[in-house]
Formats: sequence, C-alpha cells, structure tokens
Amino acid sequence: MSDNNNKNHNYWRANIRLMLILLAIWFTVSFGFGIILVDWLNQFQFFGFKLGFWWAQQGAIYVFVILIFVYTARMKKIDREHGVSDEDDE
Amino acid sequence: MDAQTLTYIFVFLTFSLYIGIAIWSRASSTNEFYVAGGGVHPVANGMATAADWMSAASFISMAGIIAFMGYDGTVYLMGWTGGYVILALLLAPYLRKFGEFTVPDFIGTRYYSSAARIVAVISLIAISFTYIAGQMRGVGIVFSQFLDIPITWGVIVGMAVVFMYAVLGGMKGITYTQVAQYCVLIFAYLVPAIFISILITGVPIPQLGLGATVVDGSGLSVLDKLDATLVDLGFTPYTDGSKSKMDVFAITMALMIGTAGLPHVIVRFFTVPKVSDARRSAGYALLFIALLYTTAPAVGAFARLNFVDTVHNTTYTDIPNWFKSWEDIGLIGWHDKNADGRIQYHPGAPFEGKPTYDEDRRADGSRNVTNKITASQNEVYVDRDIMVLANPEIAALPAWVIALVAAGGLAAALSTAAGLLLVISTSVSHDLIKMTFARGISDKQELLAARIAAATAIVIAGYFGIYPFGFVAQVVAFAFGLAAASLFPAILLGIFDKRMNNAGAIAGMVSGLTFTLYYIVYFKFVAPDLNSAAHWWFGISPEGIGMLGAILNFVVAFVVSRSTSEVPGHVLDLIENIRIPKGVEKPHEH
Repeated sequence: MSDNNNKNHNYWRANIRLMLILLAIWFTVSFGFGIILVDWLNQFQFFGFKLGFWWAQQGAIYVFVILIFVYTARMKKIDREHGVSDEDDE
Repeated sequence: MDAQTLTYIFVFLTFSLYIGIAIWSRASSTNEFYVAGGGVHPVANGMATAADWMSAASFISMAGIIAFMGYDGTVYLMGWTGGYVILALLLAPYLRKFGEFTVPDFIGTRYYSSAARIVAVISLIAISFTYIAGQMRGVGIVFSQFLDIPITWGVIVGMAVVFMYAVLGGMKGITYTQVAQYCVLIFAYLVPAIFISILITGVPIPQLGLGATVVDGSGLSVLDKLDATLVDLGFTPYTDGSKSKMDVFAITMALMIGTAGLPHVIVRFFTVPKVSDARRSAGYALLFIALLYTTAPAVGAFARLNFVDTVHNTTYTDIPNWFKSWEDIGLIGWHDKNADGRIQYHPGAPFEGKPTYDEDRRADGSRNVTNKITASQNEVYVDRDIMVLANPEIAALPAWVIALVAAGGLAAALSTAAGLLLVISTSVSHDLIKMTFARGISDKQELLAARIAAATAIVIAGYFGIYPFGFVAQVVAFAFGLAAASLFPAILLGIFDKRMNNAGAIAGMVSGLTFTLYYIVYFKFVAPDLNSAAHWWFGISPEGIGMLGAILNFVVAFVVSRSTSEVPGHVLDLIENIRIPKGVEKPHEH
C-alpha cells in the first residue's frame, strides 16, 4: 500500500511539473506577448503583421491548441511510466 | 433562384437533418440523457463542444465587434480560446474520472454537503439562463432577417426544433446534432471569409490574407491600409487599443477562467469514455474552435475596410442596395449633416440612440432621421451585429452564400441553446429532485422529470427570446464573470487542494458570486453614470471584474478552510482516486 502511495505521489509530482511548464507558456504568449509586451513587439514586422498584434489575434490561439496536444501526448507517457494509464481498463 | 428561396431551402434541409438525428439517437436511460452513456468518440465530442461553445454571439457578433474595436477585440479572441487550456490541464480529466452527471454533483460530493450542491445549482442556473436568452433572441433575429417572418414566429420555430432533439434525445441527441451543426456553421463561416480574402488580397487563406498586401496597387498590407485609412478619418489606428492594459488583462482573464467554469462546456467532458479521451477531446474542441476564432479577426478587418471603401464619401444614389435595406430596418442610419449629398464616416455617434425615421424621404430617396443630432462630424450609424450577416452582400457574393450564412447563424444559436437547456434541466431533475428533494425516485421517473424540466426551460427561454429585457445582450458577457467567481475556484480547489473543506468552498463561492454580482449590478443598473475608468476598482470594468471575484473566492476559501474542521477520510480517498486516470467505469456502446 505505501509503495502504491509513493508511486502515485511521484505520478502527481510529474503531472504538476508538466502542468506548470505548459501554463507558463500559456501565460507568456497570451498575457505576456499579447497584452503586456504588445507595444514593444509591435515595432517588429511579421508576415505583414505588427508582431504584438499577431500574437494577440492569431499566434496565441495557435499556441493554445498545440499546448493541449502536447499535454495529451506527454501525459499519456507519464501515465504509462507510473502504471496508472487508463488504456489497461479495456 | 433568389437569396430568400435559397435560404428557405437551406434552413429546411439543415433542420430536417437535425430532427432526423434526434429521432435516431433517442435516449432510453438517465445515463444516456445526462452524459450520452459516456461513449462519445473524442473527435465527435470535440466538434460537439465547439458547436456548443460557439454561440450566435461568436458567429454573428464577434467579427463585427472586432471590426470596430480593432486591437481591443483581442479580449474576446484570447479570452474565449485560452480557457480551454485551463480546462484541459486543470479540470476536464479529473472531472471525467469523477464520472457523475453534473457540475453540482462534483461540488456536492467533493464538499460532502448538500448546501454546497445547492449553491452550485443556483450559480449554474443563473449563469445558464442569462446566456440562453441571448441565443433564442439570435434565432429570432436570423429568422426575421432572412426569412421575412416576425421575430416571435422565428423564436417559436426555433423552440420547436430544440424541443424535438433536446427533450427526446437528451445529451445523446444533442451531441450528434451538434456535430452536424458544427459542420454547417464552420462551412458557412469559412466560405464567405475565403471569398472576401481572395477579393481583397488574392490570398485564399483568411488567416494569411489579414497580413497580405491589398490588391488595389497601393502596396500596403491590409492592416497598414486599415490603420492609415482610419487615422485619416480621425479614428485611433486599428492595431492600437483604447482600453487600459489593466482592463484588457482583467477581461481576458475573466473570460478565460469563466470559460473553464461554464457548466455546459464542462459537462461535455463527462460524455467521453476515458480520462485520456477527455484530454484529447479538449484539444480537438479547441482546434475546431480556433478555425473560426483565427478567421474572425480577418473577417472583421476585411469588413471594416470594405465598409469604409464603399460608404465613405459616396452619394446616396450610388450606394449599394444592402445599405438601404439595413437602413430600412434601423440597423444603419444616415443623416447628411453638411448637406453635400455624400455619406461621411468619422468617429463618434452621428446622433443619439438607434435611428428613428419619419415618413418623408429626401430628394435622393434617403430616410429622414428624427433623432437628436450630435456635434460630431460622423454621419453614419452602423450596428455592429450586421457585419457578418451583411458581409456577403457588401462583397457582392452569390445568393447561395447569403443563404448559407443564415443557416450557419441558426446552427450556432440552436446548438448553444440546446447545450444550455440540457444542463439546466439536468441540474433540476438530478441535483434538485433526485439528490435533494425526492431521493427515492426510480431511473424512469427521473428521466421523465428531466424531460419535463427541459420542456419547461425551453418555454421560459423562448419567453425571454420574444420579450427580451433591454439588458439581455449585456448580461450575456457577465455570465462569464459569474462562472469565474463562483464555480471555477470551487472545482479547481476541489481537485488540487486536499485540505479544502465544505465551509471554505461554500464561503468562497458565496463571497465570489455576491461580490461580482454586486459590482456588475452597481455599475450597470444602479449607477450607470459612474461606469467609467475613474470610478472602477483598479481600473477594471464590470466585464473584467470576474477576475477579482475569483481571487476573492480563492482567498476566502483558503482562510476559512484553514480555520475549520479537516476533510473526512472518505473524501481524501475520492481526491486520490480522481487524480489517477486508471479505473474509469465502462462506457455504454452507441
């Protein structure tokens, strides 16, 4: 039982670590690039866009989608490594 | 064939499709009625979530709002997509593992308290009803606009269709009609966007067209030309905002965490078979949503450019027909202030309120505005909601595209309305009747109660659609603030904070909800004349106050939980259990 608890504890820590990294990226591209730094980034051009404006109305959304798929793939691996994957349920 | 006949055909065909699906996917148990038996494929659930999520506001209003707000429109683009990252990483997988039927179910069980469950039900109903009234109104507007029947009849037809598949099919019926509705609405959104992008820039992908060079030989990109044109007319540049950074930050955050706390979105993740499917499904949902949300800023910018090019300095006799037909129903208005016979477009309101006319027409055939005229140079009133609906006409696209947009607008409004109705009826039949007032009832009785609750909710929503409060449109945006300040923190803490107890969660929800509601009601209804940056707390508008409400909820919940009794052992076991993907109950096959 305590071995199992320990395993679950490590799983939870790995999960939280991944989550915090991805949320840091989430915050940086949206609130960072799209809002706080938008004026500074607007001095650069990017495919006909001002860079800050592009992050705010296009780039951040693309990154959001990628973040969820990265999370899904990484978690699948973490689930398996810690023996808690739901694939064995079937 | 003309646009009207085509619209009838398109709407008839799509409605038949929805009803056909509803009959095919009838629900036979509460499990199927509430969560579609938990057997929906993650991609199908992603599409259903996208249709559920994208309402009449996303489809009809958003691009128009962005067209007139420019950079400030970012709050909606990021706010209504970024929430899915939070949902996927922080809520959806754990709630799927929990595996009951409703959001109040989770809160009631996790906080071992029927008081907590009832607070959650109250929040849920307040959030969902404010949201749904706007949807029924959207159905009515599309019907009356394109099919030339009174708004009342439009709402009744919409109610009848939703009744068919929500009451018969429950979650199962709704899920598969939403998949069809997503396909209709995204096709209807992208086709005109692609046409217009090709017309303006020669680039067939709107997301790239927004940054491409305009084909008028000026050599400027779309955004540069728009900036230059608007500055010429006295506006601030399109790519600059006029809201303060603090307010943009707060509104974006409130919309994001509000999205993650909306019950009709959360409940969609109860319908997939496994925890890993819930994660994947959130990714697909956002992908399908992003397709529309990254197109919208392009549609907005093209529409603004087209509008200025077509309207500014044009004589009334040369103006295209769409201008006159929208003028007739009061969504566009013109008063020739300098009497030069030409329409001038500048910042500021041209006159006070929405246009009203007398019976006379001037020599050029234009209407006589009877509103009080303002001192600004601007002569044109334009309602933001018409931009998406009028876009195909402004760009002179073929009649079938106009018909397609009407069918798409209806799909967007109906799918969201159905999703909201389902969570309302579920929380009444399951959380109030089954779990609180009549614990002994059988599955059959509960299913009947769910159907009666859904039918009642449709009638109430339809009533609000026909007789709207003047403030419905404003209130819809506040549903997010309420969700952000009440349900989101309670669910998040329930998963991640093992020491969060019943007293903490209830105190947090009540204080977050009360504070947010008070702030909104004060500035919108009690003292609307004080509703300006000078009087706001920390410069945060009522739209963004949900962020402070959520922080208050977190702080109160933390302090109260640390000074009251500990969480009982069986709840600690529950928390351990939902944190592990393994061991989900087997789903029902479809």
